[in-house]
Amino acid sequence: MSIDMSQFHQVFFEECFEGLEAMESGLLSLNIGDIDSEVINTIFRAAHSIKGGSGTFGFTVVAEYTHIMETLLDEMRDGRRQVTKKAVDVLLGSVDCLREMLTSIQNEEDVNMVSAAKHQAALEIELNGSAGSGSAPKAIEVHEIAPVAVANESEEIDEEQGWKIAFCPYLNLLKTGNDPVRLFRELNGLGEFTANVNIQDVPPFDELDPEECNISWELKLVTDAKEAAIREIFSWVEDDCALEIAPLSKPKKVKKLKVTPSAPAVDVVEVISVAPEVVESTAKKAAAVVESDPSKNTPKASSSIRVDTDKIDTLINMVGEVVITQSMLGLIGENFTMDKVGQLKRGLAQLERHTRDLQQSVMNIRMLPISFVFSRFPRLVHDISTQLHKKITLKLVGENTEVDKAVVELINDPLVHLIRNSLDHGIEMPAERIAAGKPEMGTIELKAYHRGGHIVIEIVDDGRGMDKAKLLAKAIEKGLVDEATIMSDKQILELIFMPGFSTAEKLTDISGRGVGMDVVRRNIQSLGGNIDIISELGKGSTIAIHLPLTLAILDGQSVAVGDETYIVPLVSIIESINITEKMLNKVAGKGETFKLRSEYLPIIRMREIFNVKSGEATKSNEGVIVVVEGQGALCGFLVDELLGQQQVVIKSLEANYRRVEGVSGATILGDGSVALILDVPGLVRLSVR
Amino acid sequence: MSQENKTPVVKETFVKNNSDVAVTIQYLSFVLGKEEYGVDILRVQEIRSWEPVSRVPNVPPYEKGVVNLRGAIVPIIDLRERFSLSKVEYTPLTVVVVLQTGNGNHTRIMGVVVDSVSDVISVDKSEIQGAPDFGTKVSNEFINGLVSVNERMVMLLDVDKLLTLETTEQSEN
Repeated sequence: MSIDMSQFHQVFFEECFEGLEAMESGLLSLNIGDIDSEVINTIFRAAHSIKGGSGTFGFTVVAEYTHIMETLLDEMRDGRRQVTKKAVDVLLGSVDCLREMLTSIQNEEDVNMVSAAKHQAALEIELNGSAGSGSAPKAIEVHEIAPVAVANESEEIDEEQGWKIAFCPYLNLLKTGNDPVRLFRELNGLGEFTANVNIQDVPPFDELDPEECNISWELKLVTDAKEAAIREIFSWVEDDCALEIAPLSKPKKVKKLKVTPSAPAVDVVEVISVAPEVVESTAKKAAAVVESDPSKNTPKASSSIRVDTDKIDTLINMVGEVVITQSMLGLIGENFTMDKVGQLKRGLAQLERHTRDLQQSVMNIRMLPISFVFSRFPRLVHDISTQLHKKITLKLVGENTEVDKAVVELINDPLVHLIRNSLDHGIEMPAERIAAGKPEMGTIELKAYHRGGHIVIEIVDDGRGMDKAKLLAKAIEKGLVDEATIMSDKQILELIFMPGFSTAEKLTDISGRGVGMDVVRRNIQSLGGNIDIISELGKGSTIAIHLPLTLAILDGQSVAVGDETYIVPLVSIIESINITEKMLNKVAGKGETFKLRSEYLPIIRMREIFNVKSGEATKSNEGVIVVVEGQGALCGFLVDELLGQQQVVIKSLEANYRRVEGVSGATILGDGSVALILDVPGLVRLSVR
Repeated sequence: MSQENKTPVVKETFVKNNSDVAVTIQYLSFVLGKEEYGVDILRVQEIRSWEPVSRVPNVPPYEKGVVNLRGAIVPIIDLRERFSLSKVEYTPLTVVVVLQTGNGNHTRIMGVVVDSVSDVISVDKSEIQGAPDFGTKVSNEFINGLVSVNERMVMLLDVDKLLTLETTEQSEN
């Protein structure tokens, strides 16, 4: 009877969120006073398509709301209205509100009307009130009210457990082409569903009109879905039935309709058994639906990825090439003679090249431009700088640098934290800046670029920089370091990564609680990356994050320990040195250290820690020490031999096996055997015990 | 061998026709020393010859290591050592039975090293005896039941329990 619109919902939401992002970035780039009509057009178009889409899908709340925004934007576009900072703020607030509304609809919850109404009111005031007059306070008020409304909403969710629905179709329900079974099937998708049929009104057989719907239902649905979601299911039939929806926890609203086992009713049941198919099958299906899989819950948004058509075309080309090479090789192999060796070699070389290209193209599919993360920051900087009364511009460089999807998802939180830090602690107040002879407007630069198989993300600010003396004093005061320790500048700066360290004089709600930097560093290390700080007092700080381009492939150094081969991630290797007797020292007759230039580093003998028995036991003065960095400390792994560097594909050891200490995964070597990848920080921990 | 085997097959059809209660299950039987064991054949993914494994450090000795099974990393367990039987040298006859175990939607595969595989046996469910309490700590927990096939006793193994590796014990060591 109708196309199942829900299959398009996912796409609709994705487009809406993209539209909202476009609106947001457009609004932020609007220069008050100097209006670029193209920008306004972009914002307007995004708002318009959201309005159109939500109208089509029956999300009237969104459509109505967007309509007001659109009117405001339309006036701006035609030049009938001045673009003021206030108007932009109100519009930005509305973007947030729309996003919230759409998220609720996507999760099939009730839209938070309170917050929507506040924003709508603000918009209407802006629309109707005298343009240009008035000032910012109104917009701020809007921001303050929003969180309260959100809290109310979450309380509501806790209370609601399910719904009792009294569904009494009018006689003509079936004539309009509606099938109650379809409704029930949809309801069943929302949660645990039970239906009671009420057949009291069914007339005797000779009076029965098969096209009339004489039965009504009392439905019970245990779900956390919102009333709106249920109403939506019934939206096609709401004119053809009496519908009453009440929460399960308050049953008083709904009258209990019971099939009383009185004589007439029994007759009716008999009548139904011979009654025309429509009614019978309807009732039967209703019962069947109740029993059918309750495990099928509301579909969750699946993780998807948008891939450039160009990338797919390249991939298809590559596959074509591989197929051609393969058939060529097949031809050579069919009747092979020794004089074809040259041809074979060429063919194999070609195959190798194509395989490598194919691998690269497949990896490319997972690559997303870093702008997916960066695009959120202009708004963040705008909001926080307003809140802090600072003047800050954000410069984005290298937004099109591509990085693995998994990295994109995981890097967001650490970056938000670092940027907040720069905003709050890095950049000074305008007056302070002027006094220091700097431009009033502070700058934060967010850069991304590739460097040798890595992506580097830098956060550069021209703020006050970090005071090393103050850092050290603070660390000593907190007992994190000993007063006697002599530390290099770099080591002092790295103090901020220690848990419980904060130099901020007062706590703000933006940053400064002393939790965070250690978490940031841990997150980045778990991605296989590292983080560096350069800071100069009075000039600013640079924080650089180095990350691997992908999490599926790793650059490794294979090392031999006895007959066994292990892979050490190249990122953690500082250097490798041949061992000489002179370098070795025993500590308390047990632990071993060696002297690397001026430092004494602990040695971990791989043969001992992994109980390797095979091969010739290495004498204490033979072998190679691989100097690695794990958990911020240097340490040396003693191995028998360095084998070679290669890219390895990371395979999970846990998929069929289990976690093994000191091992982060496994890989398959060129000869088909399995080699374990060392977990450097884990091994350092293991050796301590 | 085939001559002897006919008896249970005939019996199976006979039972099927006369009673709907009887359920036959097929087991793959294999030999460890002089003992014969059986695993549910639906759990057997494949049978391979023994290949050298990559040792995994710091795990119990019966976990021999991991191999590359068409791109998946699969652990190999020596059943003799698991059941505390005497060790033997691996020969060309030594085989690895690749078994599947599934808990929920996550299935794992694992290889077990046995001396040799012998037969596929059909067992009527009613013929399975409960495993007697041997008082031994290791074997009994893996044995689902006993069945007699042509005068030989076959111990039927519980694949899921067999393939559960004690992680807790390990992490404490």
